[in-house]
Amino acid sequence: MSFLEIRDVHKRYGDFEVLKGVNLKVEQHQVVCLIGASGCGKSTLLRCINGLEAISAGEIRLEGDRITGPGVDLDRLRRKVGIVFQSFNLFPHMSVLQNVTLAPVQVLRMSRAEAEARAMELLRRIGLEAKAKAYPDQLSGGQQQRVAIVRALAMDPQLLLLDEITSALDPELVSEVLSLLRELAAEGMTMVLATHEMSFAREVASKVCFLYQGVVHEEGPPEQIFGNPQQERTRAFLSKIIEAGRL
Amino acid sequence: MNPVDPNRGRSSAPSIPKDPTPLALVALAVCGLVVLAAWWVLLGLERILERNQLGGTLLDAALVGVGLLPLLLLVPVLRSLRAAGQARAGLALKDLITARVKTAESREWAQYAIGYGAAVLLVFLGVQFLLANDGAVGATFFRLELIRSSFGLVLQAFWKNVWMFCVAEVFILVWGLVIAVARMIPGRAGQPIRFLATLYTDVFRGLPTIISIYLIALGLPLANVPVVRDWPPEWLAILALTISYGAYVAEVYRAGLDSIHPSQWSAARSLGLSFGQTLRFVIIPQAVRRIIPPLLNDFIALQKDTALVNVVGVIDGFNQAKIIASNKFNLSAVTTVALLFMLITIPQTRFVDRLLEQEKRRTRG
Repeated sequence: MSFLEIRDVHKRYGDFEVLKGVNLKVEQHQVVCLIGASGCGKSTLLRCINGLEAISAGEIRLEGDRITGPGVDLDRLRRKVGIVFQSFNLFPHMSVLQNVTLAPVQVLRMSRAEAEARAMELLRRIGLEAKAKAYPDQLSGGQQQRVAIVRALAMDPQLLLLDEITSALDPELVSEVLSLLRELAAEGMTMVLATHEMSFAREVASKVCFLYQGVVHEEGPPEQIFGNPQQERTRAFLSKIIEAGRL
Repeated sequence: MNPVDPNRGRSSAPSIPKDPTPLALVALAVCGLVVLAAWWVLLGLERILERNQLGGTLLDAALVGVGLLPLLLLVPVLRSLRAAGQARAGLALKDLITARVKTAESREWAQYAIGYGAAVLLVFLGVQFLLANDGAVGATFFRLELIRSSFGLVLQAFWKNVWMFCVAEVFILVWGLVIAVARMIPGRAGQPIRFLATLYTDVFRGLPTIISIYLIALGLPLANVPVVRDWPPEWLAILALTISYGAYVAEVYRAGLDSIHPSQWSAARSLGLSFGQTLRFVIIPQAVRRIIPPLLNDFIALQKDTALVNVVGVIDGFNQAKIIASNKFNLSAVTTVALLFMLITIPQTRFVDRLLEQEKRRTRG
């Protein structure tokens, strides 16, 4: 039994089918990278794992428990599965500290003092403890994204989903976010990330999945996908990435 | 300003400025017209004052002073004419730059004189309207001694309007939010609630407020509805205003809550916050700031609509003024209550304008 099992998941928006039977297994402490062209369903898949989108068919299991379909306590699921978005989505009316402590206090019923102590510890780790009282619009994109990651980490998730979290960042701010991810990976955090950062995926991924037209077209260790792709479509996709100078 | 090289500009021939003298002469004519109108109106006023034994040297002096004011318009007119003369002289010397500068100056002074002249003319025509029928129009609306003697009574009754809209606003704030949230309840289970809330807002936004007040404040006691039937008419009116304006304010809330980007919902729900917690901690605090200007607009409308409660017999400012008016065959007391309404609403509309301006600057920046 895998830690996360995605079985034949379909997702339809009206007549438009985004996911057409995705199968994927993620083991604990693995870092799984989803790559593929825009619109291939990477983000949708992540949103389905978190229950932000209901799937149309198939099932998703976390530690053997079904987490899709009727009767699932989504609020409880989300305590275990954190997600970080491309556009940060920090709460603009709250300070950094309030952003990080809101869910632990309201959802986990942690005392404010304890939540703040933990939040400060996390902020210290990313070197932003001095910004605890700052508001999101006073931070750079890279800082905001690191706060967003910390906000998800504050819930102590067992699985972290990362949805193209460096795509909206200026190039010079990408590295600070990636090095935080590298640390998390080294600590054994289980992560599924949709990304266009191929060299990063090559470096940290335990497994790389190439999504094409709503299905996992090819999956395997990064050496295989990037070094010796078996499928024609994967090769075509990667050669375009290389042409663009991204690998 | 550098001289334009006729061979290199947008057009090869330099444009020769049009003579501004006709415009200056028009300004002069307008000025003359204003002075004539002013004297005609002031003479009429003087006649009426004399007939009412209100004449006196001091008043006459004041009238003459007012009559001399329009002559100030001659200052820009003369400047315009002088600049026009200089422009013609410049043109004669083939000094195009001077001609253009002076033409522009002449036009600006002439337009200035015409603009001010038209405004002054309108003011005097307004005065003339009040003086019409030997001052009967003015006396109907502005009989000073009646305004003075009835002021206390009207003001006292007007406090009832103030009290009613203050109380109603508190209830409306709460009730409107309840309706707005009811319209947003998610899921299939929420469907009937959503439907009822939508029906409610449609009905009460479709009804004229005066009819809502009539039906609720007169109808409920008439139908012998328990509890409500013993309420004084003021409270019934507040109930009616709350029900009616709750629908408008619910729409304001809903628009504000809708204006928060869905990604904020995603972010909050993904952290495990429930629907209610997301509303309370994330969505409402952000929406409030955008809601305030339209909310205040609705409240200004509500404040004015408190005058409608006279249909159910509440003695508010307007009703009191109406009673005085029908006793004295004169509307001056109604003028008082009109001024009182303006006194409280105009600062608020200005305030809303400023908030909107700020919001515009904030979102633009």
